[in-house]
Amino acid sequence: MAKPRIATTSLCGCFGCHMSLLDIDERILQLAELVDFDRSPIDDIKHISQRCRIGLIEGGCANEENVEVIREFRRNCDILVSVGDCATTGGLPALRNLVPLKECLEEAYIHGPSVHNPSGEIPNDEEIPLLLNKVYPAHEVVKVDYHLPGCPPSADALWAAINALLAEEPLELPYQLIKYD
Amino acid sequence: MSTLLDSAVRKICKAHDNDPTRLLDVARAVQEKYRCVSDEAIDVISQVLHLPRVTVESLVSFYAFLSTEKQGRVIIRLCDDVIDRMHGYDRVLDAFREELGIELGETTPDGNITLERTACIGMSDQAPAALINDVVVTRLNSDSAREIVRELREHMDPQRLVRTYGRGNNAHDLIRSMVRNNIQTEGLVLLTRTNRGEALRKALSLRPVEVIRAIKTARVRGRGGAGFPTGMKWEFTRAADGEQKVIICNADEGEPGTFKDRILLTEYPDRVFAGMTIAGYAIGAQEGILYLRAEYAYLKAFLEDRLEKRRKEGLLGENVLGHSRFHFDIRIQMGAGAYVCGEETALISSCEGTRGDPKNRPPFPAQHGYLGRPTSVNNVETLCCVTKIMEEGAAAFSQFGTNQSSGTKLLSISGDCRRPGVYELPFGTTLREVLNLCDAEDSIAVQVGGPSGQMVGPDAYDRQICFDDLATGGSIMTFGPQRDLLEVVHAFLEFFEDESCGYCTPCRVGTVLLKEAVERVRDDLCEPVDIDRFQEMGKMMKAMSRCGLGQTAPNPVLSTLENFPGLYANCKKEDSEGYRRSFDLEGSVTEASAIAGRPAHATGEKGGR
Amino acid sequence: MSQFTITIDGREVEAKAGQTILEAAEEAGIYIPRLCHKPGLEPFGGCRVCTVTANGRPCSACTQPAAPGMIVMNETEQVKDFRKTLVEMMFVEGNHFCMFCEKSGNCELQAMGYRMGIDVPRFPFLFPKRNVDASHPDILVDHNRCILCARCIRTSRDVDGKQVFDFVGRGANKRVAVRSGTRLADSDADVSDAAVEACPVGALLKKRVGYATPIGERLYDKAPIGSEIENGEES
Repeated sequence: MAKPRIATTSLCGCFGCHMSLLDIDERILQLAELVDFDRSPIDDIKHISQRCRIGLIEGGCANEENVEVIREFRRNCDILVSVGDCATTGGLPALRNLVPLKECLEEAYIHGPSVHNPSGEIPNDEEIPLLLNKVYPAHEVVKVDYHLPGCPPSADALWAAINALLAEEPLELPYQLIKYD
Repeated sequence: MSTLLDSAVRKICKAHDNDPTRLLDVARAVQEKYRCVSDEAIDVISQVLHLPRVTVESLVSFYAFLSTEKQGRVIIRLCDDVIDRMHGYDRVLDAFREELGIELGETTPDGNITLERTACIGMSDQAPAALINDVVVTRLNSDSAREIVRELREHMDPQRLVRTYGRGNNAHDLIRSMVRNNIQTEGLVLLTRTNRGEALRKALSLRPVEVIRAIKTARVRGRGGAGFPTGMKWEFTRAADGEQKVIICNADEGEPGTFKDRILLTEYPDRVFAGMTIAGYAIGAQEGILYLRAEYAYLKAFLEDRLEKRRKEGLLGENVLGHSRFHFDIRIQMGAGAYVCGEETALISSCEGTRGDPKNRPPFPAQHGYLGRPTSVNNVETLCCVTKIMEEGAAAFSQFGTNQSSGTKLLSISGDCRRPGVYELPFGTTLREVLNLCDAEDSIAVQVGGPSGQMVGPDAYDRQICFDDLATGGSIMTFGPQRDLLEVVHAFLEFFEDESCGYCTPCRVGTVLLKEAVERVRDDLCEPVDIDRFQEMGKMMKAMSRCGLGQTAPNPVLSTLENFPGLYANCKKEDSEGYRRSFDLEGSVTEASAIAGRPAHATGEKGGR
Repeated sequence: MSQFTITIDGREVEAKAGQTILEAAEEAGIYIPRLCHKPGLEPFGGCRVCTVTANGRPCSACTQPAAPGMIVMNETEQVKDFRKTLVEMMFVEGNHFCMFCEKSGNCELQAMGYRMGIDVPRFPFLFPKRNVDASHPDILVDHNRCILCARCIRTSRDVDGKQVFDFVGRGANKRVAVRSGTRLADSDADVSDAAVEACPVGALLKKRVGYATPIGERLYDKAPIGSEIENGEES
C-alpha cells in the first residue's frame, strides 16, 4: 500500500514552523518511513502532484499568491492543518493590519528612517503578487480542519499532531504542548 | 487658560453646590454655554468638584450629547432609526449634507452648524425627525431639510423653525412644539381627564401599607417592559433600612419606536407627578427624581413649571396636603444621550452624576440605590397607573387586561401603517386586532418591544400583547411587504453596538461581532457554520451579559432565526472546494491594485469572488 | 446563619455569610474561572468569565453572595461552552500577539485559553486600532492587550490610593485613560504601584524586566491556571 502523502508550505511566515518540524531530530527518519513528502520547501516540489492525506500550512495569507497556494492545498489535501500563529491568527505579519496598506508601503519603501530609495518608488513589477488589504489567518480563506498554535509549535507538538492524524485519532494535545508563543 | 472660562465654569459648579454628584448637570451646563466640555473646562471642573480629571473625562466621553470638541452653535441631530430610514432618512440626510456642505459628525467651517446622527428620539410616529438643539422637527423631507438650513443660516434660531404647533399642550407657551400627540384611541384608563390632587388626597388618607396593598390588589406590573410587580418593589423599598428613600421616575424613553411616555409627560404631567408623590408616600421617600431623557429637553421648562405649581398648591414640599409627616419634593434630572440609562441601575448611576454604567446586583436598588438610599425606579406609565388606581380603585383598573397582566397598555405604533400613534388597549389584545386598528393588515413582520423585543410574522398575529406572551414596553413597529427585514435586523444591531456601555465582555464584543455577521449574510458571504456560531454566541450573550441591554441585544438575530429562517437562506452550503465564502479575493486586492495601478493576477480561478 | 451550606456541581460546600460564590468555591478548592476578579479588590463583574448558574439563574460568581441552600452549577457543558466563547471573543477583540508579549507564560488571558483548550478563536479578528503609551520611564501601557477588566483602576484607587486610571468612552471605544492629560508620564504613577502588578495581561508592564523567566518555568507553563486552587496551594 502506498504511504500517505504530506504536503507543506510556508505562506506569509518565517519558515520557523518548518524549522520546528526539522527539530523532531532523529524522528525524521521515522517520518520518512510513515509518509511521502509531496509539495514542500523541504523537497522543493513546486506543485502538489497527487492527492495528499495531510497539508501543513505555515503562515497567513498576505498576498494573492498565498491565496492561490492555500486554495491548491485545500483542493488537494484531505486534512488541512494550520501550523503556527501566523496561519492560525495572522501572526506577526498581521501587525500591518493596524496600519492602512498605503501607509505601510510608504513607510517600508519611502519614509522609513533606514530607507535609501532615491527614485521614491514603491516596487511594482508585474511579477510581484498584489498584497491583500490585510493579512488573513488561513481559516478565514479556506476551511481548515485543525489548528496548531505556537510560534512555532514545538517539535513535540508537531510530531504528536502528525502521528495522531496519520493514525486517524482525534487531535488532542496535552496541556504542555498547546502554546501561543 | 482663559480666566473667563475659568470663572464661568466655577460659577456653574457653584450653582450646583460644588456637588460632585451633580457632575452630569455641570457638564451639561458647560456644554450648553461653550458648545463643548473642553480640556480646560474639564481641568476646572475636576479642581472645583475635587474629582480626578479622568473621572470628568470619563463622564463627558460617555454621553452622546456631551463632547470635548467644540460643536456648532446649532446642532442638527438627525434621528437615525429603522423607522426613520423607512420614511426617507437617507434623502433627508443627503439634503442636509449637500445644503450644509459637510458630512455627518462635521461642523460647518464658520462654526455655526454641526450635523450628527442620533438614536431614536421618540418621534417614530412622525418620522423622519431631528433635534435642532432642543427643538424637535418632524415629518422631514429633502425640501424641508434644505429650507431648515437656509432659515438657520439667516437667524440661527431653531425655535423660529416651528410655525405650527401640535395639539394639546404641544402648543403650550412653555413647549411651543410642532410635535403631534397622535392619540389614536379613546382612553380607557390612562388617557382620560382627571381632577388633579384627588388621587393624592385619597392616598394620603390611607396608611402607606394600605396604598401598597391597593397597588398589589390591582396587580400592577412595571410598564417599562420587565413587568416586575410594582407593589412588591415598593414593599421591598419600604422595608429596606435607611432614613432617606428615593422614588425615581424613569422617563428615559429610549427603546426605539417608543413614544408613549412623551404623550403622558406632555398631556398628563400631573398624573405622573401625583404617581411619584403617592409612591413616595407609600415607600417613605422624601425625594423624587424625574429622569428625563435629553431628547425630551423641550418639555423641561413646562414640567418644571408644573412642579412649581404643585409646590404652590401644597402638592409638593413640606407637609404635602397638610399631612404632618409627609414631606416630598421632585427634581428633574436631565439625561445626556445614552440608551443604557433606561436600565434602572444605569439610570441611578447617571442620577449620581457618573457614567451611565449599570451596577452590580445585588444589592438591588430597593436596598441600595441612589446615593446608597433605598430606591424605587418606576416607569412613567406605571406611575400614571398608580394615580388612576388611587382615583378609581383597584377594581376599576384590573377589570381590564388578563389575569397575569392587569389593566391597559399604551402602545407606540409606527412603521408601515396608516394610523401611527399612541393606543391604549387592554392587555390581552391580539396583535391582529392591533394591526387592524392601526391599519397595517398587510404587515409581513411586526417588531414587538423594540430592538430588544422580538420580531414576529403573520403566524403570530393571534398572540396576545401581555407580559406572558408578547411582552412590550410599548414599542410596536410594523413592516410592509416592501421591506427588507435583514436591513431591519442590521439597523437594530448597529443601535446596540452604538449604545453598549462596554462594561461587560459579552455585550461589548458580541454586539460588534453580531452586526458584522449580519453584514456577511446580507452580502452573501456566509456559511451555515457561521450561523451556528453566532446563534451560540447570541445565547451566551443572553445568559452572561451583565444587564438587560446585552441580554436582549442578540434578540434581533435570535428571533429572526426562529421566526424568519428564510432571511438566512443566503447562508449557502460550504463551497465544494472548501474555500471560505466570507473571503472576498477580488475585494481584498482592490486597495493594492489601486496603489500599484495594475490589475490583480487573480484570477479566473473558481471562487475568486 | 454565619456559616451555611451551598452546593456546587453537586458537591456540598461550606460558605460564610458575606462570601461570594467565587470565594466560597475557592475555599473549598473549586476553581471558577475568572479574569477581572482579583482578591482584595471590590468585585467588578465585567469579564463575565466566572458566570455560573445559581438556583438556575446565570450570575457572576465574583459578585453574587452565597446564600444558604444555593445550588450552583459551575462545570456544566453549557457553562463551559459559553465561557470558551467568551474568552475567544476577548482574543479577537484586542490585538493579542503572544509571540512577542513580555507577559506570555504569565498572562491570565492566555492561560485561560490554554485551560479551555482554545486552539484558535472561532470569530474573525477585529484588529482594532489602539495606542501604546511608552511615555513613562518605567511603565509601558499597551492598549492593544487590554481586556478592560478595571483591575488597574480599582487597584490604583483602592490599594495605591491614587486613582491614576479610569475608563473613558463607551462600547467598543471604551478604553483605560490616565488621570491627568493623555500620557502616563504626566501622572503620578510609579513603578512600585500595586496597579502595575494587577494587570492580568500585558497591557501594563514594568519596563526592562521582560522575558526574565525562561520558557518552561513561567507561571502557567506546566499546570493550568486555577490548578493552584484545585490543589489547595496558597496562591
